[in-house]
Amino acid sequence: MLELASGTPCRGRAYAAFRGHGDVGCRATRRVVNRALFLWVLLSLLACSGRYGREPGAGARITVRGSDTLVVLMQRWAEAYTANRPDVVVEVSGGGTGTGIAALMNGTTDLAMASRPIAPEERARIEDSGARLVEVPVALDAVAVYVHDTNPISSMTLDELRDVFQGKIRRWSELGGASRPIVLYSRESSSGTYAYFKERVLEKGDFAPEAQSLPGTAAVVQAVARDPMGIGYGGIARARGVKVLPLELDDGSRVPPSREAAMARRYPLTRPLFLYFVTPTNPGTEAFVHWIVGPEAQGLAEEAGFFAWRGSL
Amino acid sequence: MAGLLMSRGIAPRRRFRRSLGERLAERAIALAAASAIGAILLIFVFVVREALPLLWDGGADLALVAPQHYPGYDHPAYVWQPVGYPPKYGVVPLLAGSLKITALAMAISAPLSLLAAIYVAEILRPRTRALIKPVIELLAGVPSVILGFFALTFIADATQDILGCTYRLNALVAALALSLAVLPVIFTVSEDAIHGVPLALREASLAVGARRHQTIARVVLPAALPGIVASLVLGFGRAIGETMIVLMASGNAAVLDASPTSSARTLTATIAAELGESPRGGEHWRVLFLLGMILLVVTWALDTLCRVVVRRLARRLNPSEGEGP
Repeated sequence: MLELASGTPCRGRAYAAFRGHGDVGCRATRRVVNRALFLWVLLSLLACSGRYGREPGAGARITVRGSDTLVVLMQRWAEAYTANRPDVVVEVSGGGTGTGIAALMNGTTDLAMASRPIAPEERARIEDSGARLVEVPVALDAVAVYVHDTNPISSMTLDELRDVFQGKIRRWSELGGASRPIVLYSRESSSGTYAYFKERVLEKGDFAPEAQSLPGTAAVVQAVARDPMGIGYGGIARARGVKVLPLELDDGSRVPPSREAAMARRYPLTRPLFLYFVTPTNPGTEAFVHWIVGPEAQGLAEEAGFFAWRGSL
Repeated sequence: MAGLLMSRGIAPRRRFRRSLGERLAERAIALAAASAIGAILLIFVFVVREALPLLWDGGADLALVAPQHYPGYDHPAYVWQPVGYPPKYGVVPLLAGSLKITALAMAISAPLSLLAAIYVAEILRPRTRALIKPVIELLAGVPSVILGFFALTFIADATQDILGCTYRLNALVAALALSLAVLPVIFTVSEDAIHGVPLALREASLAVGARRHQTIARVVLPAALPGIVASLVLGFGRAIGETMIVLMASGNAAVLDASPTSSARTLTATIAAELGESPRGGEHWRVLFLLGMILLVVTWALDTLCRVVVRRLARRLNPSEGEGP
């Protein structure tokens, strides 16, 4: 403690006086030390407060975040787009629709991918700051209901689906299946698919607390593929190794999430997927979005298992 | 202080003037030490500042702790559904999930690691001890995401095959993986404590005719108890703060029940999974910071409790402290 108390008169005063410096040299060195320290603290503070800024040479770098449903398609788009434009870099990351929109609000992404329309309060938060939000529908997706390959159930109505995910129907036998409990696989609440399912199927009710939240559609598909008692939901494009249940409509017809049914909007869980950006944005981003709604990119969307937005108009 | 001494007329001890480099180094080290303390304070201030506004604006209809009767529910319930109509922030299932998984992990890892520590410290030959101990400590260096992946792929299948659980990912799976992370922590600290018990105690015990197991159980272990308690608290802190393993292996369903084979959602996993989506300064954001505050308070309370217990134990075991061995 004694050593660290800096308000004390210069240590070694006697020695300094003996050398003829008096206090002066000592104070001077201390001042230098203090200045150096001050500068160091200042610099480190400045380094900490540095904002995550955009580079001045914008247009060359486009960041895209958001919906996990769209992320694979976006990666294909980015690959195709940058293939013959060597000066453009597109960075794609997922995280869920909520994450993408939050990033758009915080200015940490150029484009947000969304599997649900933006909520009014989210829009208000962005537009309150004077910016204008642009919404671009880029593809059509059908939310499919997955069960295990060995599950004997052949279709479900929307009401049954709601009761299953709200925990009111707890055993497969109540739906004509085996006498086993139903295991629900859902998504984290940051997912646009989660929000869509909650609004469209659960009619704004809550998921059963037993529903396990998994980090992505791929995880849901994987979990259902391993679990004979499981049921999950997610974009049709990711369904591999699971059985996709057709939905039974009120008129008794069974509609699978096929291209035709989605285009005709007969499959009840058909939804548009969106890109959002805030204007003014950099010209590179706008050019990219223009390319995405064009025929080449829409063809890629069909290849990836989605349905082209243009085709449905 | 030095000035005070001088004003009393006592001459300070004469010293040679230290070099500039030495003084610079001294200042730099003092600053580094201060910045560690400052960081802890800043973290606490930041977390509390983000969380506290909840208590005065809109705290009444948040009902974080009490069961709430939401529309569409038959009876009042604890519900965690932050995206909903209305959003429901019942903290209780998350706290229960954290405690359930932590308690399970401690129940698995504490006996195992304590027995291992006793064996390695007391029974194993020194050369074998020198070989075994670093190997167990190596387990502490395994990244938790690897343990989580191991739980997700291997432990989950194994427990489902053996126990036939309905839920493939559940609290038990997470606790098993978590105990792998906690085990080396408890083992290392308690082994050091046991090994550090003075040889004279053992010799005295053996000299009066006690057997080896009697010596261990009645002499060595009581003497090492403060260290063992400290190791358990460290292990508990590691378990309740662990995020990646529980995020990957627990199933993340905010269920409120005591069954070890149902899913659970912990405070840490909730913060990790949901902070990215929530806009800064929103209600959800603040509730997540409140969860962080709860975690901080729980670990600090436990740490303080442990300090008190250890001090008491130490005093009881060694009342004649300072009188020599």
